[in-house]
Amino acid sequence: MKKTFKLEDLDCANCAAKMEAAIAKLPGVNKVTVNFMAQKMILDAEDDVFDSVLKAACDEIKKVEPDCTVIIK
Amino acid sequence: MTKKQKKILTRIIIAAVLLVAFHFIPWGDYWYFELIVYAVPYLVIGYDILIGAFKNILRGQVFDEKFLMVIATIGAFVIGEYPEASAVMLFYQVGELFQAIAVGRSRKSISDLMDICPDFAVVIRDGSEEEVDPSEVELGEIVIVKPGEKIPIDGVIVEGTTSINSAALTGESLPYDKTVGEDVFSGSINLTSVIKVKTTSVYEDSTVAKILELVENSTDNKASSEQFITKFARYYTPAVVFSAIGIVAVCLLLTVFGVYDFGIRNSIYRGLVFLVVSCPCALVVSVPLSFFGGIGGASRQGILVKGSNYLETLAKIDTVVLDKTGTITKGSFAVEDIHPNVLNKDELLEIAALVESNSTHPVAESIIKAYKGDIDKSSLQSVEEIAGKGIKAVVDGKTYYVGNGKLMEEISADYHECHIPGTIIHISLDDQYLGHIVINDEVKPDSKDAIRALKKVGVKKVVMLSGDNKAVAQKVANDVGLDECHAELLPSMKVDELDKFLGPDHKVAFVGDGINDAPVLIKADIGIAMGALGSDAAIEASDIVLMDDKLSKISVAIAVARKTMRIVKQNIILSIAVKVAIMILGAIGLVGMRVAIFGDVGILVIAIINAVRTMRIPSQK
Repeated sequence: MKKTFKLEDLDCANCAAKMEAAIAKLPGVNKVTVNFMAQKMILDAEDDVFDSVLKAACDEIKKVEPDCTVIIK
Repeated sequence: MTKKQKKILTRIIIAAVLLVAFHFIPWGDYWYFELIVYAVPYLVIGYDILIGAFKNILRGQVFDEKFLMVIATIGAFVIGEYPEASAVMLFYQVGELFQAIAVGRSRKSISDLMDICPDFAVVIRDGSEEEVDPSEVELGEIVIVKPGEKIPIDGVIVEGTTSINSAALTGESLPYDKTVGEDVFSGSINLTSVIKVKTTSVYEDSTVAKILELVENSTDNKASSEQFITKFARYYTPAVVFSAIGIVAVCLLLTVFGVYDFGIRNSIYRGLVFLVVSCPCALVVSVPLSFFGGIGGASRQGILVKGSNYLETLAKIDTVVLDKTGTITKGSFAVEDIHPNVLNKDELLEIAALVESNSTHPVAESIIKAYKGDIDKSSLQSVEEIAGKGIKAVVDGKTYYVGNGKLMEEISADYHECHIPGTIIHISLDDQYLGHIVINDEVKPDSKDAIRALKKVGVKKVVMLSGDNKAVAQKVANDVGLDECHAELLPSMKVDELDKFLGPDHKVAFVGDGINDAPVLIKADIGIAMGALGSDAAIEASDIVLMDDKLSKISVAIAVARKTMRIVKQNIILSIAVKVAIMILGAIGLVGMRVAIFGDVGILVIAIINAVRTMRIPSQK
């Protein structure tokens, strides 16, 4: 499953690159793009673990930039 | 500016004023007093960096630029460089703020460019008008669009006549008239009068939604220079940190062994200069920003680039291969003459129209259009398409062949070519030759200029591929000034023909209408589909999509790509060069922390301003 999330207060480009690298290493992630310019994350992960992967991804994002929040609709 | 940015700006001003004021105080020997006083602006400007760094270090993020900035500044405090420490933190924040503002601005101006998204739709439900979100409109509902409003969803006009401006989609600002029965595309603006539109798709499948998706996702296909930057950034910071430790160690060792007396303070100071330039920010921000700007600027012209990687390849294009029909020529064929052998003109045309009645090929459409009467398809028993040759059909038990000379040869009909150059459609009943129809296609008015413009932007070879006969193809090629022309190609042969141009040392773009040439579009280094407004197949198969059918957009696209790549290269070289220069000068003691941070922030600002230039389309004169 592939989903796009908006990222709020993603302020630094290098952080986006770090988030991308960290999330890509999570188990269950097929592909992830953290797009600094579009302030978006496109997460492609296995269906059955998608929610837990998303949660782990949010944690990684917080780790790199504590101000940054993922908008989950 | 956002609230957050205003807050930082206030802190910057306070800290700057304090720093300037303290500069004029004669401190003398009261160093402890100086330390405490300078700690005030330092904390004002840097408290969030300190907190952030502390949190990050707890999470094990050693090579975090905030952390390194804190080490550098606290290090400066320790060795007694109080004003230096505060100034470094101040400049660092100025750089961060500038970056946030610049990126926010360009993000906004690009989304403004792509302001094609309709906000609402007025739909007729149970006889009354209702304003709803475009995504709530169902297929086949009637939507009312008033003058000045955006057409929310693709559809066909059922009432009213108006002028439509689709500049936001195609870059073409000249409005055109539309009336009942004609298609209109979402995202274009209704100019003159109220129309009622019956929707032919839902919002998610409409033109505007497709374009937005394409543009928003384009930055996900990263160019190799972007990948290089990501990789570079990963190794840059650790490398700089170890160099900093190295330089301190070397200076200390040389001092200890009495080779040269650097002194402990001076040795540490030289290492701290390194830490100040440890963030690869200028690169990491400016390169994606350049691509974002280039893609955004191009899309304003109706040129949709599906990814930064395609922009990168497009900049290297030296050969452009063009399809003839619909690309160089209008693709709107018209019957020029009818030369029957046995029947009269109308009878011959009727047979051709009937046989071609199910075909969507432009040639077939022109024949059907020329035959004004109704076509009675009930007499049509079987139709078989012979690729690249024509059609074989059984009508009332009689087998007709309608197609080119090759088809006539295949069935050994006794045919003859026409004295008029053009597309000749021969007709035979079994092998009895009935005559032929002459069809011609007009060259687009801007084709010749477009080819000249391609040469001007540095394309070495412009080639045409055509399924047409040699005489017609050569005439078109000569008219518009092409280098090569390959004619009489079956669709499958076009791929092989293109293959001959492909090579590791040069890049080839293929331009087609995306309808019959999807395999060629995919095979080329860059597939460009034109006239794509409303054609999903073309958007799907190509790397770059031209919303209208102007050949001149190709040279614009190449110019944008070249400009973007030039700016990307400038930024990469400039940023790395400045950082390396600062480090070398810092290592030999010529540059202090203040100059280092000033250079680092300066290069960030220059790189961002340079990157934003990509949004402006280079002029074609």
